[in-house]
Parts: sequence; structure tokens; C-alpha cells
Amino acid sequence: MSEFSRETLVLNMGPHHPSTHGVLRLVLELEGEIILRTDPIIGYLHTGFEKEMETRTYHQNIVFPPRIEYLATMIEEHAYVLAVEKLLGVRAPERAETLRIILSELSRIASHLVWLGTSAIDVNVTSMLMYCFNDRERIMDIFEMVSGQRMMHGYMRVGGLQWDVPEGFVLRVRSFADDLPGRLDEYERLLTDNLIWRERTEGIAVLSSGDALRYGCTGPIARGSGVNYDVRKAFPYGGYEAYDFDVPLGARGDSFSRYTVRMEEMRQSRRIILQALDRLRDGPVMLDDRKVALPPRPELVRSMEAVIHQFKLVSEGFHPPVGEVYSAVESPRGEKGYYLVSDGGNRPVRARVRSPSFNNLQALPVMIFRNTVSDVVVAIASIDIVLGDVDR
Amino acid sequence: MALKPSLPAGIQVSRAAGPSAVTELDARAVEGGILTTTVSRVVSWARKNSVWPVQFGLACCAIEMISAAQSRFDIARFGSELFRASPRQSDLMIVSGRVSQKMAPVLKHIYEQMLEPKWVIAMGDCASCGGVFNNYALVQGVDKLVPVDVYVAGCPPRPEALLFGFIKLQELIARGRPLRSPS
Amino acid sequence: MIAAAAEALVRDLAGLAEGEDRFRDEVTLLIPRDRLLDALARARDAGFAALTDLTAVDRLPQEPRFEVVYLLTNYAAQARLRLKVRLDADGAVAPSAASVHPGANWLEREVFDMFGIRFSGHPGLTRILMPDDWEGHPLRKDFPLVEEPVDFVGHTPKVPSAIIPTTPRTPPTPPR
Repeated sequence: MSEFSRETLVLNMGPHHPSTHGVLRLVLELEGEIILRTDPIIGYLHTGFEKEMETRTYHQNIVFPPRIEYLATMIEEHAYVLAVEKLLGVRAPERAETLRIILSELSRIASHLVWLGTSAIDVNVTSMLMYCFNDRERIMDIFEMVSGQRMMHGYMRVGGLQWDVPEGFVLRVRSFADDLPGRLDEYERLLTDNLIWRERTEGIAVLSSGDALRYGCTGPIARGSGVNYDVRKAFPYGGYEAYDFDVPLGARGDSFSRYTVRMEEMRQSRRIILQALDRLRDGPVMLDDRKVALPPRPELVRSMEAVIHQFKLVSEGFHPPVGEVYSAVESPRGEKGYYLVSDGGNRPVRARVRSPSFNNLQALPVMIFRNTVSDVVVAIASIDIVLGDVDR
Repeated sequence: MALKPSLPAGIQVSRAAGPSAVTELDARAVEGGILTTTVSRVVSWARKNSVWPVQFGLACCAIEMISAAQSRFDIARFGSELFRASPRQSDLMIVSGRVSQKMAPVLKHIYEQMLEPKWVIAMGDCASCGGVFNNYALVQGVDKLVPVDVYVAGCPPRPEALLFGFIKLQELIARGRPLRSPS
Repeated sequence: MIAAAAEALVRDLAGLAEGEDRFRDEVTLLIPRDRLLDALARARDAGFAALTDLTAVDRLPQEPRFEVVYLLTNYAAQARLRLKVRLDADGAVAPSAASVHPGANWLEREVFDMFGIRFSGHPGLTRILMPDDWEGHPLRKDFPLVEEPVDFVGHTPKVPSAIIPTTPRTPPTPPR
């Protein structure tokens, strides 16, 4: 009897695949169903953001950040405008900072809801996608009310916000925040004690805390492994130092730990939103510095100087000082940073996006080593990557 | 001229035992159950009401496409009950998102695997014309790769806009676009 | 306010560095190429164990042309430090940091893909974002954006990046 040769099977997964959460290609080397080697191939969504950002002024560049990480759009805009403000050495007024925090945390909840819905549907809990997107629609309505756009807002500007929030914003946000714990309790009742969910996520795709540190992983994937690092606590930005919230940590570094970390993060985001709503005071939402921020519209009718400033800012843009800055925020995926290099001109010399999903995805081969093929889907879902962020 | 007696409510069934026992009501009941049309119209009607897209979400527009398939906007009421994973089992490719140079051959491959009749909706600005990005990395419009039936503008288009494009596609199918030759 | 841990590391690496720069609350050390791995290892042992980012800047027409930038973070002490290596256009080879930080693997592949800077000792230096047969390195300053002009009859509109012209650094206005 001839023996079957013990060769490994090379399996290609993607880039067109229902469960890779985007255009990700994985080449898996299998022995039977056990994965020995993984080679993620990315670049299928490379858009040339960094090159584009070098060819536009700092103000024009606000268009690009929400298209990079399209699930947490407000947070991405926040990251960019904070970096430019750091370069300029200015700080937005207090009302703008508070509103930015509210919108960022709503964006975080929206992103985690998408993660929850798509992860659950990967494990075939098909109704979860419907529930989560329904809740997310309420957040989309709030964003639309504030900026006119559901996704690519362009609402956060250098020096503050585009305009003030309309009446009814506080009521809408409060009503959403009041309903959120009930919804999250329902999702946890459905999933946390569900035998199928636990069987499919416990012990799957384990990432040790040492590996998380070595591969530069940040965000829930690192906190699920016990690495206590949240940019909002470590390098507070935009007013976060005044808020009281906890950073959940996971114990075992498996998919279930990451799930619990993200569920708790949604609750903590709600806590921040409620504190921010209480702190909200009247005031300007845009800097007074005419060299940086556009003058308010009514002033254009009255003042010639305002018209000149407007003209200069729109047709040429402002000139930051020579230097380079790195400014990071905590995105739902990890540390999202912008490294801007300025030579004093009206465009950045280099606009580098430090993408959390890019670094997190590097740890995938380590995570799914010796797991089965059916666990790859759960593993990718638990990393929560956004391919726009990975490929830029 | 005598007024026709009005039909009682409900489905009318002719209970005539033979041609000699046919009454006015029987004749109208039979007429009410017969439809005359052409085969192509019936086939187009069936096709347009059960267009199943292939899951081809690339970037940000994919999120709005998923929203269009969820309970608030609900593309299933227009017949797209399911987004198929396999291109061989689907009729429509909604190119939702930007197509990079590396993804272009994959898109072409998926399109070729779909069976006729197939349609393409270019959803969003990036798929229609390159959108915000005019650079080395992106294909400026997916119509450089595959023939497009409906362009839906927006960055990203609202789910209602996608549904409007979808309805336009249904009207296109109803009008009976001649099948393209495989080329 | 530069964190105490970062100041301590700056003093520690002072022998290796050939330049220092401070801007806002950040400190950058310029390290010669042959001392880079030593500096990274010492930084890691001092607690700066996270390689947050590894990227490059093309400073054409300034010489040396390329700068490879390493951003290190100390999670416990909440401090950051930036290290830079300057490379000439020909001979743009840097030692690979993958031996010190495994997470540098993909980051260096991206720098190679976008800038053409090679890393000696890298486990597998291939393109990562562009197709494998792509020619050229997109983020170099002499690589054009490749903008497709819009077809109009009788009029050639500007390409988007030329609508607002580049204005170089303006000298500071003298006080009145």
C-alpha cells in the first residue's frame, strides 16, 4: 500500500472573501486543518493617502482622514486636526474640545457596534448584524445632524469645529446614551453566556502580552492580552485628562477576552459622553486666531481684514513653523498617530499615518499558529482591522 | 347598454360545468385570471425582482452598502434577499469602494466568473471616476475595467441613494437591455 | 514637557547620538547608521520597548536625502523618543531593526516599497503595498502623483494638486 505523502496544503483565502473584513489576502499553509504558516498579503486597498496629503494644504487634507479609517471617522479627523494644532502650537476652545470628545466617543461606539455585528455574523449569529447596525443608525443620525454627512464629515477643523452643533443635539445624544446600556445588556445576554459563542472564541487566536508588545500591537488586541496602554490615559489629548473612566483589560489574550474588552469599552465611552454632556458650556467653537482659522461668516460683510484673511487661508493656507510632530489618539483599533513634518510651507513635507491595524495585523500569523482553518475567521474578526487603515 | 354586474369580493373562480353553463360572472372570472404578455417581459420582471448581488465591498462605500442591506433601509424588499459570496451564484456586482492597481485584476476575475445576465453598479465616486483620489494607486473609475450599468454618485452615497440606483437598475432590466456578448 | 524617562534615555544615548532636536514636547536624536541597532537595544532595555512607528522622509533636495525615523514609546513611564538615521540617496541601506523589534518587519517592508531604502538583515524584504512588479518608489519626491487630467473640450483645467500652488516657507514678518 502506497503511503500518502505528508505534504502541506497551501490555501489561498481572499482577497475577495466574505469574512476577511475587507480586501485582505491570506495564504495559509495547512497540515490537514491545522495552520502552520500564514502569509498575509495586503495592499489591495492602497490609495496613496500619504502622497496625496503631501500635495494639498493642511486645510484641504481634512478630506482624507475619514476615508482612511472609515469606521471611526470622527476619531480619525480628531487625530489629524490635533496633529496640525500641535504643529501650530494652538489649542481649540473648550466647547470645541468637549464636543470633539462627545463625537469621538460616539464614533468609538459606532465602530465597536460594527465590529460586534460583523464578528457575530462571521460566527453565524445573523441577527446581530441587524441589531448593531440599527443602533449605529442612531449615531449616524447624530453625525448627520451635526455635519450634514453620515460618514465623511469634515466637521473637525484646525482650531475647532466647522460650526456649532444645532439645537436638539444634546437631547439626541442623551437619549442614545440612555438606551445604550439596555442594548448592550441584550447583546451580552445573547453572546456572553452562549455556549456556541464561547466555544468558538475562548482559547482561539491567543496573543501573549509579550508578543503584543514585540509586534507593536495597541488597542483592544493588546489590552485583551493584558498590556495596559491606552493613549487617552498615557498621553492625554484634547481634554481627556479631565475625564474619569476605566480602561478594561483582558486576562487571557484570546478572542473572548477581546470581546469582553470591547463591550466594556462601549460602556466606558458612554460614561465619558455623559460627563462631557454635563461639562458642555457655551462658548466659541473655533479659534480666534485669524492666521489659522477662517473668520465667521457674518464678519466677512463687515470687515475688510476678515476678507483678506479668508482669501489668504483659502487660496494659500497657513504656514506652520518648521518642525515635526507626532500626535496620537486612541482609535477603536489602537494608537492612531499622525507624524507631520513641516518646512514652513503651506503643505506638509511628510504626512505619515501611524496605522494601528497595520501593526496589529502583523501579529496574525503568531495568533493563528496551530489553530484550525475555521478559527481564522474568528481571529481576523477579533483583531478588528480596517483595510483602509492597513493599506492607506 | 346593461351595466355589468359587479363581481363579489375575493378570488373569482368559474364554476361553470361546461360551455353552455357559462354566465357573465364566469366569463369575467376567467378573464381576470389570464394575463397576456411577451416572454421577455415576464423574464425581465422575474429577473429584476430577484437581483442577488455578490459581496464585493471594498472600502467605505461597503459600510453604506451593508447599511442598505440592514433593517432600516432594507434592500431585501427590492428582491436582494441575499448577498452571495460566490460570483457564480450572483447577478449583480456593486463595486463599492476604491479599486487599487493591485485589486484591478481580481475585480476583472470576479466579474468574468459571474454568469450572464449580469449587471454592475458603480457605487460611490471612487468606483465611478476615481473620486477624491487622482493618483498612481487607484484605477480612475471601474468602467475602465468592466462595463457599468448604473453609476451612483456620493462619497459615500447614502443607502437611499444606493437604493435609488438599484431601482434604476431594475427599470433598466425591465426595459430589456440586450445581453452583452462575452468579450 | 519632556518626560523624565525620555530625558534619562537622551543622556544615556548622548555618546551615540550626533545631534539632538527639541520641538513642542518631543525630543529627537540623530544617530549614525552604524550605531542604530545599539541605540535601539539600549532604548529597549531602558523601558522604551514599543516601536510605535518606523517610517522615512524624503528631504529632496536637501542632503543627505533620506531620513529613517524610529518612534519609541515607554508605556510604563509614558514617554516617547524619536531616533533618526540620515542616509544618502545612493547607498540608502540601513540595518534592519527586526532583530530588536519583530514588529519592524512590515514597517521596513513598507519603507522599502515606498522609498526604496533597503534594510540589511531583514528576513524578507519585498514590496508590501504596491503590486510585486511595480516599478518605482511612490513616496519619493521625484515620483509624480500621476494625476489624470479631466477631458474638457477647448479648455485644460488644472490638476487638483495644482489648484492651490505650493508656497514655500515665508520669512517671519518683522514687528511693526
